[in-house]
Amino acid sequence: MQKKILGNSYVLLIMVLLYIPIIFLVAYSFNSGTIMSGWSGFSFIHYQQLFADTRLLKILLDTFILAISSATIAAFIGTIGALFLDSFHNKKNLNVFSSLNNVLLVSPDVTIGVSFLILFTILGFSLGFVSVLISHIAFSIPIVLLMVLPRLREMDNTLIIAARDLGANRGTILSQIVIPEIWPSIMAGFLLALTYSLDDFAVTFFVTGNGFSTLSVEIYSRARQGVSLEINALSALMFAVSLLLVLAYYLYTTYSDKKARLTK
Amino acid sequence: MKNNIRAKAFFAIPYISWLAVFVIVPIGLLIYQSLTNAQGHFTLANFHEFITSSVYLPMAFNSVFYALIITTITFIISFPAAYVLSRLKHRQLWLMLIILPTWINVLLKTYAFLGLLSKSGLINQLLLTLGFGTHNLLFNHVSFIFVAVYLELPFMLLPIYNSINEIDTDILKASRDLGAKPINTLRQLVLPLSINGIKSGIQAVFIPSLSLFMLTTLIGGNKVMTLGSAIELHFIVTQNWHMGSTIAIILILAMAVTMYFTRERGKQK
Repeated sequence: MQKKILGNSYVLLIMVLLYIPIIFLVAYSFNSGTIMSGWSGFSFIHYQQLFADTRLLKILLDTFILAISSATIAAFIGTIGALFLDSFHNKKNLNVFSSLNNVLLVSPDVTIGVSFLILFTILGFSLGFVSVLISHIAFSIPIVLLMVLPRLREMDNTLIIAARDLGANRGTILSQIVIPEIWPSIMAGFLLALTYSLDDFAVTFFVTGNGFSTLSVEIYSRARQGVSLEINALSALMFAVSLLLVLAYYLYTTYSDKKARLTK
Repeated sequence: MKNNIRAKAFFAIPYISWLAVFVIVPIGLLIYQSLTNAQGHFTLANFHEFITSSVYLPMAFNSVFYALIITTITFIISFPAAYVLSRLKHRQLWLMLIILPTWINVLLKTYAFLGLLSKSGLINQLLLTLGFGTHNLLFNHVSFIFVAVYLELPFMLLPIYNSINEIDTDILKASRDLGAKPINTLRQLVLPLSINGIKSGIQAVFIPSLSLFMLTTLIGGNKVMTLGSAIELHFIVTQNWHMGSTIAIILILAMAVTMYFTRERGKQK
């Protein structure tokens, strides 16, 4: 019994330590002072500053536009890639492709960033929103593929065979059977790609030019100049958004699990 | 048949062009850059300089050393926690609580420590009230390791938890019934049976620890140099892309070695 209490309090301690920095950040966003120490009283002044800071708001908007568009395109290409890989029956070829696919997943983000920087420079591509977008699509594709391919492999082929026997053509089979069947995994891949894009710093840092910035890069350059509680207000908002995303993801996966179990 | 080939091409072309342009070509370009000099001539000088100069090799060893420390500490903290977690009642909820912080932007979490560890920050206030006085907590080796451990902890905990969770509790009960001491059960059952989770945890912590570069500037005060920050330095500050690519190749090699030693061995499930 004593051991159990010891173990539980250990886990509790880790939880507390994990959340202290986050709670600390959020709490100080309501401080009326200007630094993250002491307490000068409760105020919304940093939120007012945040909503008046058009530069930061534009960066926030850009970050979300970037994440949503890169995740959408990556979900599309990743799904097509998964369908392509699924058509392989030769295990050796499949292994070659899977390991190539995994290169970007395991590579340190710094090396991805600099190698894309070299690529864009050699192609004479100017750095900005488009180069960042292309890079985010590039590192999100393998994530989507990783979510979709196992689902395709698990899929019951009898339905497809039956549909073909009944005279359905490829397009119909794809749109009526395959896509609905793998849809939850495409969505999971999309959401994962979304969070990767929102969270990325290292790759964006190298391939963004002077004119374009994402939230991570902006926080990096501001944090180098010192603390500003506007960033705290921003992180409180971001935390709320992450909570909502987690909740959406959680509800979505439990819902589709339930549905899958019911239909089986 | 012709239709079949056309359909296959439709699926193959976008994916294969992605593989070519963003996986194969970038690696080729990195290798090319590392093997050339500013005049574009082929040379091994960059690698030669990496090995013989008094700067690069010690920096690389330093980076590996820090990554080892970070990995070891996260493992020591995570393993017991994963074990306790796998025995808890509302496991799914606790798990969500561990995953949630990983969804928050890394830069924001790092930024929090600028406040927590500052001269008049929370930790120093605590030290002061406890009678230890205030200290310079930021911009040194310890703060770098501390924050890195904080950021990487969930990535060690989750895979270990998953593999411990898969262990059949009957095996552990049997071991206890047969009179094994807890330490023997741990060493001969829990550790070997969760080894794949431990290995993935090591991969997920060790490789990023080699390449962290925003932490070295923001928290480490440039006192710590990792392979990642050396690459950043060469690409952004000194603009020596050839040497930067050489270090990037070394980083990829270090990653490959890590993956090799932590690969899953033995029978497949």
